[in-house]
Amino acid sequence: MSILAFLRRVAGLALAGLVVTAGAQTKPAELKVGITTFLSGPASVFGVPAKAAAELYIEQINASGGIGGVKIVPTFIDEGIGSDKLLSEYRRVVQEGDTKVMLAAISSGNCNIVAPVAEDLKVLNVMWDCGTEKVLEDKRYRYAVRTQANATTEMVASVLYLLRTKPDLKSIAVINQDYAWGRDSWELFRNTLLAMKPDVKIVAELFPKFGATDYSTEISRLQALRPEVILSTAWGGDLDTFVRQASQRGLMKSSLFVLPLAESSLERLGSALPEGVIVGSRGDHYFLHPQHKDDPRLKTFVKKFRDKTGAYPIYSVYHMVQGLEGLKTGYEKAIKANKGQWPTVEQVAEAMRTMEFRGLTGTVKMREDGQGLEEQLLGITKKSPDYPFPILEKIVIYPADLITTPVGQKSPEWVKTLKPELINHPRLRQY
Amino acid sequence: MPQEMIVLALMDGLSQAAVLFLVALGMTLVFGVMNIVNMAHGSFYALGGYMAASLGLWASAQGASPAWSLLILPLAAIIIGCVFGALMETTLMRRIYQKDPILQLLITFSAFMIFEDLQRLIWGAQPYFVSEIVNYLGTVDVLGITYTRYQLLVLPGIALTVFIVLRSFLKFSSMGRQIVAVSHHREMSTALGINVKRISLLTFVVSAILGALAGALASPTVSWVPGIGGEMIVLSFAVVATAGLGQIEGALVAALLIGLARSFTVYLLPEIEVLVPFLIMVLVLLFRPQGLFSVAQARRV
Repeated sequence: MSILAFLRRVAGLALAGLVVTAGAQTKPAELKVGITTFLSGPASVFGVPAKAAAELYIEQINASGGIGGVKIVPTFIDEGIGSDKLLSEYRRVVQEGDTKVMLAAISSGNCNIVAPVAEDLKVLNVMWDCGTEKVLEDKRYRYAVRTQANATTEMVASVLYLLRTKPDLKSIAVINQDYAWGRDSWELFRNTLLAMKPDVKIVAELFPKFGATDYSTEISRLQALRPEVILSTAWGGDLDTFVRQASQRGLMKSSLFVLPLAESSLERLGSALPEGVIVGSRGDHYFLHPQHKDDPRLKTFVKKFRDKTGAYPIYSVYHMVQGLEGLKTGYEKAIKANKGQWPTVEQVAEAMRTMEFRGLTGTVKMREDGQGLEEQLLGITKKSPDYPFPILEKIVIYPADLITTPVGQKSPEWVKTLKPELINHPRLRQY
Repeated sequence: MPQEMIVLALMDGLSQAAVLFLVALGMTLVFGVMNIVNMAHGSFYALGGYMAASLGLWASAQGASPAWSLLILPLAAIIIGCVFGALMETTLMRRIYQKDPILQLLITFSAFMIFEDLQRLIWGAQPYFVSEIVNYLGTVDVLGITYTRYQLLVLPGIALTVFIVLRSFLKFSSMGRQIVAVSHHREMSTALGINVKRISLLTFVVSAILGALAGALASPTVSWVPGIGGEMIVLSFAVVATAGLGQIEGALVAALLIGLARSFTVYLLPEIEVLVPFLIMVLVLLFRPQGLFSVAQARRV
């Protein structure tokens, strides 16, 4: 090595050292976090409770010293204003508000558009509630992570639970909302179901308009077809309306209903939701979680949340807590790795890919692609003397690694390779 | 197409057509008399439903029998129509009758957005519903398919009654004739001594009550969520435009047409169900730009 090359290398190292020193951030006075959530429109059934949860949980974190001694200060952005406006609000909060951490979004469409923007702006984006598996499978992001399961995990678990309940399933009909989630979730569900049980007959695929208020014709058709099982991944007002009209007309007596998102409607539907309906929760969130229901962590929060809002927490509330708790764990891990110095968002984004954390229910394990592995809980409705709405019985919890597409593979293809042995896999936990 | 299916599709479309007709009726009435397309009309629908749900919740908390709903639903509509309809007419509409149509559209649309926020302020974002009346009235079986009596008898029955009452009111009562006169020629009616101000107020309040009534009647079968008024305004506009603005009988026929067409497509070609109302509208407007029932320069109400 010539002297010159040696000198050059030394200079290079010194420069690198300089960059690192510059990268060791001074601890900010407060940690600004932008949070997108639906405060208007139909999806505010998720967004408004989630905002209440964010306020409660941030208060809780700040009361116990914040993150590494820094208090969280949230700014909320309404997702209901539409994608274009959301994006400009997102940029405004990042650039003018000097915010380096965003929790976005509820809508899968919005996750798809904010993830690349976060990458451009170099802000850490925690996808706290959206379900689309495509966002992390189609592209590799450095700044985007997801602290919860994705649609594949949720749909595969729903199929497994259905086939466990009805091993001889012959016919199924679907009635989903006519938009991305309704279509995509059915594709995943159908591919999984047909991989495990190729002889199931799909007798109807109905996609009523998003926000439809009258399902009369759909219900008549389903009554005439008499499928054994009716699946609907609808949510919010649409799900409530459909369930109500179906139960008023006796459809729920003749077919078994599978409603993977109905945990968020249980309390609202009350007695309109009959017994014997398969209900999912987009994760393992349930205030009567068989393992954690007496855990003070869950119990205290449920009580606080009820005192504040008058309702039991629904899945978006748990997801919000996971987003914040994941962020906190990621920061603490990065601070530790940084020898106590305040980390850059890049370091946090890195740390968040190799950690485990616990929200209010089970542990979420993060993967190198930024995807969280979150267990799935499903059960069957049953009337209870203790609550004015049905609770879940015959609960089964599915470990996420069994039912989540491995890193580098694409879900629509991967689910086709699933084998029926999964239905009664020894690692499922039944309660 | 099997006969059975035709019968079922007819019955499925009926309840939807009934609600659609009531909303469209209010909208077309205001257009007929005041020459304004009221974009805020969907808000009356939404408010009517919320009010009915609130009153229903209150009544069931008092332990009242679900049968009272039959009284509560119209009552909710009247309260909303009289309060919000009158408020909007006196503070807003009155000032813009003579203004440019574009301005009118913009102003009623902003009123719509104000109402939307007002709803969220009062009723929040969580879905509302009170459905005791539907279960109370029970179900009937037709060709092996279960229908609720409420959707098969109550909804179409009320819509038809409203239609007949309104028709005869306009034809035979003095007030009704004054409304028709104003719809023909505003200035001439003033010259003839008709209190146009009062007629406008009355028409607008009746229109608001009709919109709210549709909402109140739909509320026992539909979960009431923010944004429900916007959905309705689009659909009812399709009905009104298909019929021809200001056409009452036309609205009845167009509502039936669109309600039934939608239920038939769910049986035959479910993929295009969402599109059907607008396809019909476009087809009609292509060949009859003034709508199915408009007669050029004829009476509009």
